[in-house]
Amino acid sequence: MTSESLLPWIVAAPLAGAGLLFTWRGIPDRAVPWIGAGSVALAALITALLSIAWLPSPEPVTRVLWTWFSVEGWAPRIALHLDGLALTMLWVITGVGSLIHVFAGWYLHGDAGIRRFFAYMNLFVASMLLLVLADDLLALYFGWEGVGLCSYLLIGYYRDDPANGHAARKAFVITRVGDTLMALGLFLLVREFGTLGIAEIVATAPERFGSGDPVIALIALLLLGGAAGKSAQIPLHTWLPDAMAGPTPVSALIHAATMVTAGVYLIARLHPLFELAPVVLQVVGWIGAIGLLMAGITALAQRDIKRILAYSTMSQIAYMFVALGAGAYTAAVFHLMTHAFFKALLFLAAGAVIHALHHEQDIFRMGGLRRRLPLAYASFVAGSGALAALPFVTAGFYSKDAILFAAWGGGHYGWWTFGALCALLTGVYAFRLVFIVFHGPERRHGHQAPHEDRSLRMRLPLLALIGLSLFGALVPLTAALSLPDVHVEHPLPVLLAQVALSLGGIGIAWLLYGRGRETPEPLRGWRRIAAAAFGFDALFDHLVVNPWLALCRLLRRDPADGLFAAGIAALARGLHHGALLPQTGQLRSYAVAIALGLILLLGAALW
Amino acid sequence: MVTSLLLDLPLYALIALPVVGALLAWPAARWHADAPRWVSLATLAALTLMTLPWLFASAGDASPWLAEFRAPWMPRFGIGFNLAMDGLAALLILLTAVLGLAAVLCSWREIREQTGFFHANLLLNLAGVAGVFLATDLMLFFICWEAMLVPMFLLILLWGHGAGQPRGRVYAAMKFFVFTQASGLLMLVAILAMGWWHAELTGRWSFEYTDWLALSLPHDVAQWLMLGFFVAFAVKLPAFPVHSWLPDAHSQAPTAGSVILAGVLLKTGAFGLIRYGINLFPEPAAAFAPVAMALGVAGILYGAALAMTQTDIKRFVAYTSVSHMGFVLLGAYAGTETALQGVMVLLLAHGLSTGALFILCGALYERLHTREFGRMGGIAARAPRYATALVFFSVASLGMPGTGNFIAEFLILAGSFPVAPWPTAVGATGLIVAAVYSLIVVQRVLHGPPADDAPVQDLLPRERGTLAAALLLLVALGLFPQPLIDAARPALATTAALLPAGDAR
Repeated sequence: MTSESLLPWIVAAPLAGAGLLFTWRGIPDRAVPWIGAGSVALAALITALLSIAWLPSPEPVTRVLWTWFSVEGWAPRIALHLDGLALTMLWVITGVGSLIHVFAGWYLHGDAGIRRFFAYMNLFVASMLLLVLADDLLALYFGWEGVGLCSYLLIGYYRDDPANGHAARKAFVITRVGDTLMALGLFLLVREFGTLGIAEIVATAPERFGSGDPVIALIALLLLGGAAGKSAQIPLHTWLPDAMAGPTPVSALIHAATMVTAGVYLIARLHPLFELAPVVLQVVGWIGAIGLLMAGITALAQRDIKRILAYSTMSQIAYMFVALGAGAYTAAVFHLMTHAFFKALLFLAAGAVIHALHHEQDIFRMGGLRRRLPLAYASFVAGSGALAALPFVTAGFYSKDAILFAAWGGGHYGWWTFGALCALLTGVYAFRLVFIVFHGPERRHGHQAPHEDRSLRMRLPLLALIGLSLFGALVPLTAALSLPDVHVEHPLPVLLAQVALSLGGIGIAWLLYGRGRETPEPLRGWRRIAAAAFGFDALFDHLVVNPWLALCRLLRRDPADGLFAAGIAALARGLHHGALLPQTGQLRSYAVAIALGLILLLGAALW
Repeated sequence: MVTSLLLDLPLYALIALPVVGALLAWPAARWHADAPRWVSLATLAALTLMTLPWLFASAGDASPWLAEFRAPWMPRFGIGFNLAMDGLAALLILLTAVLGLAAVLCSWREIREQTGFFHANLLLNLAGVAGVFLATDLMLFFICWEAMLVPMFLLILLWGHGAGQPRGRVYAAMKFFVFTQASGLLMLVAILAMGWWHAELTGRWSFEYTDWLALSLPHDVAQWLMLGFFVAFAVKLPAFPVHSWLPDAHSQAPTAGSVILAGVLLKTGAFGLIRYGINLFPEPAAAFAPVAMALGVAGILYGAALAMTQTDIKRFVAYTSVSHMGFVLLGAYAGTETALQGVMVLLLAHGLSTGALFILCGALYERLHTREFGRMGGIAARAPRYATALVFFSVASLGMPGTGNFIAEFLILAGSFPVAPWPTAVGATGLIVAAVYSLIVVQRVLHGPPADDAPVQDLLPRERGTLAAALLLLVALGLFPQPLIDAARPALATTAALLPAGDAR
């Protein structure tokens, strides 16, 4: 079987799962996770077959499904394109995705809306697969909007609480701001190239435009807007912490492992375009450098277990942006992959904790859980170790070091400094979480002590992800096949500094929180600013939301209507009164009018 | 075989069929209250079948039309009973027939009084619409234009909501009548002037569109006549700032009236703008384009802002229509074939999605007896199918890929961008605000704590069938729009070629 013929089935499997779950209302609840997880596992299986078929001779292949439409010579098509980068993304989406789906079957067991949940999840996977396989930017945009919609539906999954609806809407609208910028970039691309085919654009751009051409720079900047929105980067990042309102497996899949990395994928995919706009690549790097530090500081001051992880996600994706800015696309995708492993692990483990504590998410109400929840503890240690780049034994160490070396080697010492400092911070906030939740004295949690479920559906994904978080750096990175190879030096002093900083961060966390902590740190000084995430929400409220709402209130009564309705009514009334004037009821005035009219008519006729 | 048989029918059959249906439906009510419904369904099903083959027909080399019908009427003034079919007209008549079916189905339970007269009005209205799309003699066009107006006026006046309220159905019907009538009179003046100028320049009266195309009017005359047509079509569209009859008409009209109003009548305005407002006066239209596009963009944002603060769900959908029709104005006057194709797809997609949304509003009113958001909430848990439908059509109307609305908006914006980058960029923010208002309404209606604990009946099979058909059509339009684009191409390419912007790409 050829690779081309397998490609459509990877998307079809989760799409069929979604279709089945959407339409079959009477399906028994027990069967739902089997279909939901089964369809994604099937996609993973096909991905495995595809790898076997394709890797011996890894030339990019394309399977054209149909031409979407054709107007004035612009004919975007729905076609699937496989290369090394796409294959890495396929593995992340279907592999990590199926582990999360299996876990979700356990997590949502007994939930009344489980059919709806898995339908959305499968639709998400199908959209995400279309996003990474599309060979035309319009088809990519299809997947891009599709994942946004599923993200919206899943954040608002617990729909009784209006706050969740608000969070879901916020996520959708802010990412749509980015999407609209991206759409403008696509309009420009259509104008300049007459096509949105990725291969053609990438091939012809260097021939048609010199480096630094303002048109290409504008296009790259607009596409960056889309990437920043989807990947929760400054300034379009404020939706991600709120998105944690969704069920925890959703956070693991969409808001950690896959969707939020779509921006990184987009820039890596279009890197020849971005390289024609060095200024924009600088912007990408600085967005990353500032974002990683800011998110790291913010994570330190949070007390909700999922929000801490959300800010750490933002921070880690910011590392990937730094790598993209430095032109180290392979390093960016490498970190994308390992991050998917350890962040999915952390979220699922957080889900296990939250589940055991009956939806408690405040870390200061946990404490001393290490004996009660040993697997969750092991997961958190492995995941946080990888997150904090614990030297040599975790996958996160290798991928983060690759990024820092690339920043150093490319002469971006500013970015390196920010990244290295944040490596220290990461150690602190990651293990602050571990120590506060799992160390210290045990707390009473309601009537019965929390206990760990021994269900295989919960343990298997965690165990697999622990393995991947530790040894995931050994997974062959096929993305390197289709991305430029940048050789960077690994100077020993720099390596030592990086090792020292990440160990130092964990050490600081041990000194501060090693025995647990029962009361939140007082919100004073920098902590107050950090707890409010540097006030971006308030800023946008003042700058955008409130003025818009004020405008809406101002126009509430439709002034245009007032103008017309009043105008027409006044005119009609005026004519009415005008017509009433001669109607006096006096016979002689009527007689005069008749006589005058007669004279006038006769006169006109005789003229 | 059957197709060619249907294509051989004279064009007036497409107008005569609903008229005959109306004349049958009216007295049928005496026999059984439901009989007019069945007569209407049969009539509109036949109309659908008769229109469908036209999508795949192709014109000969000699004529721009797929088919013509000409009969002298008032030869002294050069007025003829002239009809002609092109791809755009075929698509819009098909939309008319399909939404007519939906309108009959959605009023099955709602309309109980005078069902005969109701369905007669509905069918006469649709006959007028078919006439508007087919007529090429402008006097005939004007008569059909007026013939749409009166039955719709009666539908709102007699079967509308809010009897006895200060801004109830009487107010709404009068407002609708006055706005359309006043602007229609402007158009009549323009039509008469055109006929007179034809006599002046060629020595012969004519009201035939193809004759007028060959006419070269003095520039300032063309400008004024163009404006006369523009105002009439802009009111019907409706464009900002002459839109304000629409929210009142929609909120008081019965569900079927809203479906036809939003799905079909607004489209006659767009059709008129392209066929007459631009084709007849390409140079003045090109000069006027910046103003028209600015009005379009203003409408996109103004409609969205007004939609944000509505508390009545039907007024809300009405203002979203104002916003969407802003895209029509932008794309039509950008004038590239891409943008015009986008306009065509938007007419169809908006007809289906907004028609479906009005059906959902009506279904909600039948169940809750309110249109106020404040008395909704928590429907999702009580009526899951209803929730699925509302989410789907709301998401479609915010332009989600996979639905026709996405193809439409994307083509309009991508096609307008090379011509007018800044208006397009501002108009594109409509994509963001559409997400805001659509999702807020999903939240208010479906989610959160319910206003009361009363059970809500989920969608009935009849409603499910109607909405499922709309859903499938919208998705088909979103995934495979090419056959429709091909059908409309000759007509739209002509328009694009007339405008200077048509060569921009």
